[in-house]
Amino acid sequence: MTTEAPAAPGAHDAQRRFDGMIAADERIEPRDWMPDGYRRTLIRQIAQHAHSEIIGMQPEGNWITRAPSLKRKAVLIAKVQDEAGHGLYLYSAAETLGVSREELLDLLHEGRQRYSSIFNYPTLTWADVGAIGWLVDGAAITNQVPLCRCSYGPYARAMVRICKEESFHQRQGFDSLYVLARGTGAQRRMAQDAVDRWYWPSLMMFGPPDAESAHSEQSMAWNIKRFTNDELRQRFVDIIVPQAEALGLTLPDPDIAWNAERGHYDFGTPDWDEFKQVLKGGGPCNRQRLEHRRRAHADGAWVREAARAHAAKRAARDTAGEAA
Amino acid sequence: MTDWPLWEVFVRARRGLSHVHVGSLHAADAEHALRNARDLYTRRQEGVSVWVVPAERITASAPEDRGSFYDPAEDKVYRHPTFYPVPDGVEHL
Repeated sequence: MTTEAPAAPGAHDAQRRFDGMIAADERIEPRDWMPDGYRRTLIRQIAQHAHSEIIGMQPEGNWITRAPSLKRKAVLIAKVQDEAGHGLYLYSAAETLGVSREELLDLLHEGRQRYSSIFNYPTLTWADVGAIGWLVDGAAITNQVPLCRCSYGPYARAMVRICKEESFHQRQGFDSLYVLARGTGAQRRMAQDAVDRWYWPSLMMFGPPDAESAHSEQSMAWNIKRFTNDELRQRFVDIIVPQAEALGLTLPDPDIAWNAERGHYDFGTPDWDEFKQVLKGGGPCNRQRLEHRRRAHADGAWVREAARAHAAKRAARDTAGEAA
Repeated sequence: MTDWPLWEVFVRARRGLSHVHVGSLHAADAEHALRNARDLYTRRQEGVSVWVVPAERITASAPEDRGSFYDPAEDKVYRHPTFYPVPDGVEHL
Protein backbone atom coordinates (compact mmCIF):
# COMPACT_ATOMS: atom_id res chain seq x y z
CA MET A 1 0.00 0.00 0.00
CA THR A 2 1.52 3.31 -0.99
CA THR A 3 1.27 6.37 1.21
CA GLU A 4 1.77 8.80 -1.66
CA ALA A 5 -1.23 10.59 -3.04
CA PRO A 6 -1.78 9.46 -6.65
CA ALA A 7 -0.25 12.02 -8.99
CA ALA A 8 -2.69 13.84 -11.26
CA PRO A 9 -2.26 12.39 -14.74
CA GLY A 10 -0.42 15.40 -16.14
CA ALA A 11 1.01 16.02 -19.58
CA HIS A 12 4.30 14.53 -18.46
CA ASP A 13 2.76 11.17 -17.55
CA ALA A 14 0.80 11.13 -20.76
CA GLN A 15 3.91 11.79 -22.80
CA ARG A 16 5.74 9.04 -20.94
CA ARG A 17 2.93 6.58 -21.57
CA PHE A 18 2.88 7.52 -25.25
CA ASP A 19 6.67 7.13 -25.55
CA GLY A 20 6.43 3.77 -23.81
CA MET A 21 3.81 2.50 -26.23
CA ILE A 22 5.87 3.63 -29.25
CA ALA A 23 9.00 2.01 -27.78
CA ALA A 24 7.07 -1.24 -27.28
CA ASP A 25 5.79 -0.96 -30.88
CA GLU A 26 2.19 -0.87 -29.66
CA ARG A 27 -0.60 0.83 -31.56
CA ILE A 28 -1.92 4.28 -30.67
CA GLU A 29 -5.73 4.50 -30.81
CA PRO A 30 -7.94 7.57 -31.33
CA ARG A 31 -8.78 8.20 -27.69
CA ASP A 32 -5.17 7.91 -26.48
CA TRP A 33 -3.26 11.04 -25.61
CA MET A 34 -0.75 11.86 -28.34
CA PRO A 35 1.70 14.73 -28.91
CA ASP A 36 0.37 17.53 -31.13
CA GLY A 37 3.16 16.94 -33.62
CA TYR A 38 2.23 13.28 -33.98
CA ARG A 39 -1.41 14.20 -34.56
CA ARG A 40 -0.50 16.94 -37.06
CA THR A 41 1.89 14.67 -38.96
CA LEU A 42 -0.73 11.94 -39.24
CA ILE A 43 -3.48 14.31 -40.32
CA ARG A 44 -1.20 15.72 -43.02
CA GLN A 45 -0.06 12.30 -44.22
CA ILE A 46 -3.42 10.53 -44.13
CA ALA A 47 -5.19 13.49 -45.75
CA GLN A 48 -2.57 13.69 -48.50
CA HIS A 49 -2.98 9.97 -49.00
CA ALA A 50 -6.80 10.25 -49.15
CA HIS A 51 -6.60 13.16 -51.59
CA SER A 52 -4.25 11.12 -53.79
CA GLU A 53 -6.76 8.29 -53.95
CA ILE A 54 -9.63 10.44 -55.12
CA ILE A 55 -7.58 12.65 -57.46
CA GLY A 56 -6.10 9.39 -58.77
CA MET A 57 -9.53 8.45 -60.12
CA GLN A 58 -9.19 11.11 -62.80
CA PRO A 59 -6.29 9.96 -65.01
CA GLU A 60 -7.78 6.48 -65.35
CA GLY A 61 -11.40 7.57 -65.38
CA ASN A 62 -10.36 9.33 -68.58
CA TRP A 63 -10.24 5.93 -70.32
CA ILE A 64 -13.39 4.22 -69.01
CA THR A 65 -15.52 5.12 -72.02
CA ARG A 66 -12.74 4.13 -74.42
CA ALA A 67 -11.57 0.85 -72.91
CA PRO A 68 -10.87 -1.59 -75.76
CA SER A 69 -13.19 -4.38 -74.54
CA LEU A 70 -16.07 -4.94 -72.17
CA LYS A 71 -13.77 -6.95 -69.89
CA ARG A 72 -11.17 -4.18 -69.66
CA LYS A 73 -13.94 -1.66 -69.09
CA ALA A 74 -15.49 -3.63 -66.23
CA VAL A 75 -12.04 -4.05 -64.66
CA LEU A 76 -11.25 -0.35 -64.99
CA ILE A 77 -14.56 0.69 -63.48
CA ALA A 78 -13.96 -1.65 -60.53
CA LYS A 79 -10.48 -0.22 -60.07
CA VAL A 80 -11.58 3.41 -60.18
CA GLN A 81 -14.39 2.57 -57.74
CA ASP A 82 -11.78 1.03 -55.43
CA GLU A 83 -9.78 4.27 -55.52
CA ALA A 84 -12.88 6.14 -54.34
CA GLY A 85 -13.28 3.54 -51.60
CA HIS A 86 -9.65 3.91 -50.55
CA GLY A 87 -10.12 7.65 -50.30
CA LEU A 88 -13.13 7.09 -48.04
CA TYR A 89 -11.32 4.60 -45.76
CA LEU A 90 -8.53 7.13 -45.37
CA TYR A 91 -10.74 10.17 -44.79
CA SER A 92 -12.51 8.16 -42.12
CA ALA A 93 -9.14 7.30 -40.51
CA ALA A 94 -8.13 10.99 -40.59
CA GLU A 95 -11.40 11.99 -38.96
CA THR A 96 -10.56 9.89 -35.89
CA LEU A 97 -7.84 12.50 -35.25
CA GLY A 98 -10.41 15.25 -34.77
CA VAL A 99 -10.56 16.83 -38.21
CA SER A 100 -13.77 16.91 -40.27
CA ARG A 101 -14.28 15.57 -43.78
CA GLU A 102 -15.44 18.97 -44.91
CA GLU A 103 -12.28 20.68 -43.62
CA LEU A 104 -10.09 18.16 -45.42
CA LEU A 105 -11.90 18.61 -48.72
CA ASP A 106 -11.70 22.40 -48.35
CA LEU A 107 -7.93 22.14 -47.81
CA LEU A 108 -7.61 20.04 -50.96
CA HIS A 109 -9.83 22.34 -53.02
CA GLU A 110 -7.92 25.42 -51.86
CA GLY A 111 -4.61 23.79 -52.75
CA ARG A 112 -3.45 23.91 -49.12
CA GLN A 113 -2.99 20.17 -48.82
CA ARG A 114 -1.25 18.12 -51.46
CA TYR A 115 -1.86 14.91 -53.30
CA SER A 116 0.73 12.69 -54.94
CA SER A 117 2.50 14.50 -57.80
CA ILE A 118 2.12 11.42 -60.02
CA PHE A 119 -1.50 12.27 -60.82
CA ASN A 120 -0.47 15.50 -62.49
CA TYR A 121 0.76 13.58 -65.54
CA PRO A 122 -1.67 12.94 -68.42
CA THR A 123 -2.91 9.53 -69.62
CA LEU A 124 -2.28 9.92 -73.33
CA THR A 125 -3.01 6.39 -74.58
CA TRP A 126 -4.82 3.24 -73.46
CA ALA A 127 -1.44 1.71 -72.55
CA ASP A 128 -1.09 4.36 -69.84
CA VAL A 129 -3.84 2.57 -67.90
CA GLY A 130 -1.69 -0.57 -67.92
CA ALA A 131 1.48 1.34 -67.04
CA ILE A 132 -0.28 3.08 -64.13
CA GLY A 133 -1.52 -0.23 -62.78
CA TRP A 134 1.88 -1.86 -63.05
CA LEU A 135 4.20 1.00 -62.08
CA VAL A 136 2.14 3.54 -60.14
CA ASP A 137 0.11 1.01 -58.17
CA GLY A 138 3.24 -1.11 -57.81
CA ALA A 139 5.09 1.83 -56.26
CA ALA A 140 2.06 2.60 -54.10
CA ILE A 141 2.00 -0.99 -52.79
CA THR A 142 5.73 -0.87 -51.99
CA ASN A 143 5.05 2.30 -50.00
CA GLN A 144 1.89 1.04 -48.38
CA VAL A 145 2.74 -2.46 -47.22
CA PRO A 146 4.96 -1.14 -44.38
CA LEU A 147 2.18 1.33 -43.47
CA CYS A 148 0.04 -1.67 -42.44
CA ARG A 149 2.32 -1.69 -39.36
CA CYS A 150 2.11 2.06 -38.78
CA SER A 151 1.79 3.03 -35.10
CA TYR A 152 -1.61 4.69 -35.55
CA GLY A 153 -4.27 1.97 -35.40
CA PRO A 154 -6.98 3.37 -37.69
CA TYR A 155 -4.44 4.24 -40.41
CA ALA A 156 -2.78 0.83 -40.19
CA ARG A 157 -6.16 -0.95 -40.42
CA ALA A 158 -7.20 1.14 -43.43
CA MET A 159 -3.90 0.24 -45.10
CA VAL A 160 -4.45 -3.50 -44.60
CA ARG A 161 -7.74 -3.22 -46.45
CA ILE A 162 -6.23 -1.03 -49.17
CA CYS A 163 -3.21 -3.26 -49.78
CA LYS A 164 -5.45 -6.27 -50.27
CA GLU A 165 -7.36 -4.42 -52.97
CA GLU A 166 -4.32 -2.82 -54.60
CA SER A 167 -2.80 -6.12 -55.60
CA PHE A 168 -5.62 -6.61 -58.12
CA HIS A 169 -4.86 -3.12 -59.45
CA GLN A 170 -1.25 -3.95 -60.12
CA ARG A 171 -1.98 -7.32 -61.68
CA GLN A 172 -4.59 -6.02 -64.08
CA GLY A 173 -2.10 -3.35 -65.22
CA PHE A 174 0.64 -5.91 -65.77
CA ASP A 175 -1.83 -8.18 -67.58
CA SER A 176 -2.91 -5.38 -69.88
CA LEU A 177 0.70 -4.41 -70.73
CA TYR A 178 1.62 -8.05 -71.22
CA VAL A 179 -1.08 -8.43 -73.87
CA LEU A 180 -0.11 -5.17 -75.60
CA ALA A 181 3.58 -6.10 -75.58
CA ARG A 182 2.64 -9.28 -77.48
CA GLY A 183 0.26 -7.55 -79.88
CA THR A 184 0.85 -5.69 -83.11
CA GLY A 185 3.88 -3.46 -83.63
CA ALA A 186 1.75 -0.42 -82.90
CA GLN A 187 0.43 -1.91 -79.65
CA ARG A 188 3.95 -2.81 -78.60
CA ARG A 189 5.22 0.69 -79.31
CA MET A 190 2.29 2.14 -77.38
CA ALA A 191 3.10 -0.05 -74.35
CA GLN A 192 6.79 0.91 -74.48
CA ASP A 193 5.94 4.60 -74.82
CA ALA A 194 3.69 4.43 -71.75
CA VAL A 195 6.40 2.72 -69.69
CA ASP A 196 8.91 5.33 -70.91
CA ARG A 197 6.70 8.12 -69.62
CA TRP A 198 5.62 6.56 -66.29
CA TYR A 199 8.90 5.06 -65.09
CA TRP A 200 10.55 8.21 -63.73
CA PRO A 201 7.44 9.75 -62.17
CA SER A 202 6.77 6.43 -60.40
CA LEU A 203 10.29 6.50 -58.88
CA MET A 204 9.50 10.03 -57.65
CA MET A 205 6.46 8.68 -55.77
CA PHE A 206 8.75 7.61 -52.92
CA GLY A 207 9.56 11.23 -52.23
CA PRO A 208 12.83 13.14 -52.24
CA PRO A 209 16.17 11.46 -51.41
CA ASP A 210 16.61 10.74 -47.70
CA ALA A 211 19.07 13.61 -47.26
CA GLU A 212 16.37 16.09 -48.34
CA SER A 213 13.32 14.49 -46.82
CA ALA A 214 11.89 16.94 -44.30
CA HIS A 215 9.65 14.64 -42.26
CA SER A 216 11.31 11.26 -42.55
CA GLU A 217 13.37 11.11 -39.39
CA GLN A 218 10.62 12.09 -36.98
CA SER A 219 8.09 9.85 -38.76
CA MET A 220 10.44 6.91 -38.38
CA ALA A 221 10.95 7.67 -34.69
CA TRP A 222 7.17 7.60 -34.26
CA ASN A 223 6.85 4.28 -36.15
CA ILE A 224 4.66 5.96 -38.75
CA LYS A 225 7.25 5.28 -41.42
CA ARG A 226 9.17 2.01 -41.27
CA PHE A 227 11.63 2.46 -44.16
CA THR A 228 13.23 5.51 -45.73
CA ASN A 229 12.30 6.89 -49.15
CA ASP A 230 15.51 5.60 -50.70
CA GLU A 231 15.13 2.12 -49.19
CA LEU A 232 11.62 1.82 -50.62
CA ARG A 233 12.68 3.18 -54.01
CA GLN A 234 15.45 0.56 -54.16
CA ARG A 235 13.02 -2.19 -53.22
CA PHE A 236 10.68 -1.09 -56.00
CA VAL A 237 13.42 -1.03 -58.66
CA ASP A 238 14.55 -4.49 -57.58
CA ILE A 239 11.00 -5.73 -58.10
CA ILE A 240 10.24 -4.13 -61.45
CA VAL A 241 13.47 -4.84 -63.35
CA PRO A 242 12.75 -8.59 -63.73
CA GLN A 243 9.05 -7.83 -64.31
CA ALA A 244 9.98 -5.52 -67.22
CA GLU A 245 12.04 -8.38 -68.67
CA ALA A 246 9.02 -10.69 -68.40
CA LEU A 247 6.94 -8.07 -70.19
CA GLY A 248 9.56 -7.75 -72.89
CA LEU A 249 9.66 -3.98 -72.39
CA THR A 250 12.61 -1.81 -71.39
CA LEU A 251 12.84 0.67 -68.56
CA PRO A 252 14.09 4.04 -69.84
CA ASP A 253 17.05 4.12 -67.48
CA PRO A 254 20.53 3.40 -68.93
CA ASP A 255 21.99 3.15 -65.42
CA ILE A 256 20.04 0.03 -64.49
CA ALA A 257 22.58 -2.71 -63.79
CA TRP A 258 22.82 -5.54 -61.30
CA ASN A 259 25.26 -4.69 -58.54
CA ALA A 260 26.47 -8.00 -57.12
CA GLU A 261 28.30 -6.30 -54.30
CA ARG A 262 25.20 -4.54 -53.00
CA GLY A 263 22.84 -7.32 -54.01
CA HIS A 264 20.60 -4.70 -55.64
CA TYR A 265 20.06 -3.06 -59.00
CA ASP A 266 21.80 0.27 -59.52
CA PHE A 267 19.58 2.84 -61.19
CA GLY A 268 19.61 6.46 -62.30
CA THR A 269 18.57 9.63 -60.50
CA PRO A 270 15.12 11.03 -61.17
CA ASP A 271 14.91 14.65 -62.24
CA TRP A 272 14.23 16.18 -58.84
CA ASP A 273 13.78 19.65 -60.33
CA GLU A 274 10.85 18.30 -62.31
CA PHE A 275 9.49 16.70 -59.13
CA LYS A 276 9.61 20.04 -57.29
CA GLN A 277 8.02 21.84 -60.23
CA VAL A 278 5.13 19.39 -60.38
CA LEU A 279 4.69 19.48 -56.61
CA LYS A 280 4.52 23.27 -56.73
CA GLY A 281 1.72 23.11 -59.29
CA GLY A 282 3.75 23.28 -62.50
CA GLY A 283 2.98 19.76 -63.80
CA PRO A 284 1.09 19.17 -67.03
CA CYS A 285 -2.28 18.53 -65.34
CA ASN A 286 -2.23 20.18 -61.89
CA ARG A 287 -4.74 22.83 -62.77
CA GLN A 288 -7.04 20.47 -64.65
CA ARG A 289 -7.09 17.93 -61.77
CA LEU A 290 -8.02 20.49 -59.13
CA GLU A 291 -10.57 22.22 -61.30
CA HIS A 292 -12.23 18.93 -62.08
CA ARG A 293 -12.30 18.00 -58.38
CA ARG A 294 -13.83 21.35 -57.39
CA ARG A 295 -16.41 21.09 -60.13
CA ALA A 296 -17.34 17.52 -59.18
CA HIS A 297 -17.79 18.63 -55.57
CA ALA A 298 -19.89 21.66 -56.53
CA ASP A 299 -21.98 19.60 -58.97
CA GLY A 300 -22.69 17.12 -56.19
CA ALA A 301 -23.93 19.76 -53.76
CA TRP A 302 -27.59 19.26 -54.70
CA VAL A 303 -27.31 15.52 -54.02
CA ARG A 304 -25.90 16.14 -50.55
CA GLU A 305 -28.63 18.65 -49.81
CA ALA A 306 -31.40 16.46 -51.22
CA ALA A 307 -30.33 13.45 -49.15
CA ARG A 308 -30.29 15.62 -46.06
CA ALA A 309 -33.75 17.06 -46.82
CA HIS A 310 -35.10 13.56 -47.51
CA ALA A 311 -33.70 12.29 -44.20
CA ALA A 312 -35.19 15.24 -42.33
CA LYS A 313 -38.60 14.68 -43.95
CA ARG A 314 -38.59 10.99 -43.05
CA ALA A 315 -37.49 11.71 -39.50
CA ALA A 316 -40.35 14.23 -39.15
CA ARG A 317 -42.83 11.70 -40.53
CA ASP A 318 -41.62 9.04 -38.09
CA THR A 319 -41.98 11.46 -35.18
CA ALA A 320 -45.48 12.44 -36.33
CA GLY A 321 -46.38 8.76 -36.66
CA GLU A 322 -45.25 8.05 -33.11
CA ALA A 323 -47.19 11.04 -31.75
CA ALA A 324 -50.43 9.96 -33.48
CA MET B 1 -23.22 23.19 -45.37
CA THR B 2 -21.72 20.70 -42.94
CA ASP B 3 -21.02 17.01 -43.38
CA TRP B 4 -23.73 14.36 -43.12
CA PRO B 5 -23.64 12.65 -39.70
CA LEU B 6 -20.90 10.10 -39.01
CA TRP B 7 -21.78 6.38 -38.66
CA GLU B 8 -19.63 3.55 -37.39
CA VAL B 9 -19.86 0.37 -39.47
CA PHE B 10 -19.74 -3.23 -38.20
CA VAL B 11 -19.64 -6.20 -40.57
CA ARG B 12 -20.30 -9.89 -39.94
CA ALA B 13 -17.99 -11.74 -42.32
CA ARG B 14 -19.74 -15.12 -42.14
CA ARG B 15 -22.66 -16.64 -40.29
CA GLY B 16 -21.43 -17.73 -36.88
CA LEU B 17 -18.97 -14.84 -36.45
CA SER B 18 -19.48 -11.59 -34.54
CA HIS B 19 -19.86 -8.23 -36.22
CA VAL B 20 -16.51 -6.46 -36.31
CA HIS B 21 -15.89 -2.73 -36.54
CA VAL B 22 -14.52 -1.91 -40.00
CA GLY B 23 -14.55 1.89 -40.14
CA SER B 24 -16.93 4.78 -40.49
CA LEU B 25 -18.74 6.79 -43.12
CA HIS B 26 -21.04 9.76 -43.55
CA ALA B 27 -24.72 9.39 -44.44
CA ALA B 28 -27.90 11.39 -44.13
CA ASP B 29 -29.83 8.68 -42.26
CA ALA B 30 -29.64 5.05 -41.17
CA GLU B 31 -30.91 3.52 -44.40
CA HIS B 32 -28.54 5.66 -46.44
CA ALA B 33 -25.71 4.63 -44.10
CA LEU B 34 -26.50 0.95 -44.68
CA ARG B 35 -26.39 1.37 -48.45
CA ASN B 36 -23.15 3.34 -48.30
CA ALA B 37 -21.66 0.71 -45.98
CA ARG B 38 -22.63 -2.01 -48.45
CA ASP B 39 -20.89 -0.12 -51.28
CA LEU B 40 -17.84 0.88 -49.26
CA TYR B 41 -17.09 -2.09 -47.04
CA THR B 42 -18.45 -5.15 -48.87
CA ARG B 43 -17.31 -4.66 -52.49
CA ARG B 44 -15.71 -8.12 -52.38
CA GLN B 45 -18.34 -10.03 -50.46
CA GLU B 46 -16.68 -9.28 -47.13
CA GLY B 47 -19.94 -9.56 -45.22
CA VAL B 48 -23.32 -11.18 -44.83
CA SER B 49 -24.67 -8.65 -42.33
CA VAL B 50 -23.95 -4.97 -41.65
CA TRP B 51 -24.69 -2.78 -38.63
CA VAL B 52 -24.47 1.00 -38.71
CA VAL B 53 -24.49 3.02 -35.50
CA PRO B 54 -24.49 6.81 -35.17
CA ALA B 55 -20.94 7.61 -33.99
CA GLU B 56 -22.24 10.10 -31.45
CA ARG B 57 -24.30 7.38 -29.75
CA ILE B 58 -21.27 5.31 -28.81
CA THR B 59 -20.05 5.70 -25.24
CA ALA B 60 -16.42 4.67 -24.82
CA SER B 61 -14.23 4.10 -21.81
CA ALA B 62 -11.26 6.44 -21.46
CA PRO B 63 -7.83 4.97 -22.16
CA GLU B 64 -6.41 6.86 -19.14
CA ASP B 65 -8.66 4.75 -16.90
CA ARG B 66 -6.76 1.66 -17.89
CA GLY B 67 -5.46 1.03 -14.42
CA SER B 68 -8.36 1.89 -12.16
CA PHE B 69 -11.19 0.92 -14.48
CA TYR B 70 -10.00 -2.64 -14.93
CA ASP B 71 -8.26 -3.28 -11.62
CA PRO B 72 -11.17 -5.15 -10.02
CA ALA B 73 -10.14 -8.08 -12.23
CA GLU B 74 -6.44 -7.73 -11.53
CA ASP B 75 -6.21 -9.67 -8.24
CA LYS B 76 -8.59 -12.48 -9.14
CA VAL B 77 -6.25 -15.04 -10.59
CA TYR B 78 -8.52 -17.73 -9.16
CA ARG B 79 -10.87 -17.03 -12.05
CA HIS B 80 -8.46 -18.88 -14.33
CA PRO B 81 -8.25 -22.69 -14.37
CA THR B 82 -4.44 -22.54 -14.27
CA PHE B 83 -4.71 -21.22 -10.68
CA TYR B 84 -5.55 -24.74 -9.46
CA PRO B 85 -2.87 -27.44 -9.26
CA VAL B 86 -3.95 -30.79 -10.64
CA PRO B 87 -2.51 -33.88 -8.94
CA ASP B 88 -0.52 -36.19 -11.20
CA GLY B 89 -2.61 -38.78 -12.95
CA VAL B 90 -5.89 -36.86 -12.77
CA GLU B 91 -7.42 -36.40 -16.20
CA HIS B 92 -10.39 -34.64 -17.83
CA LEU B 93 -10.29 -31.80 -15.29
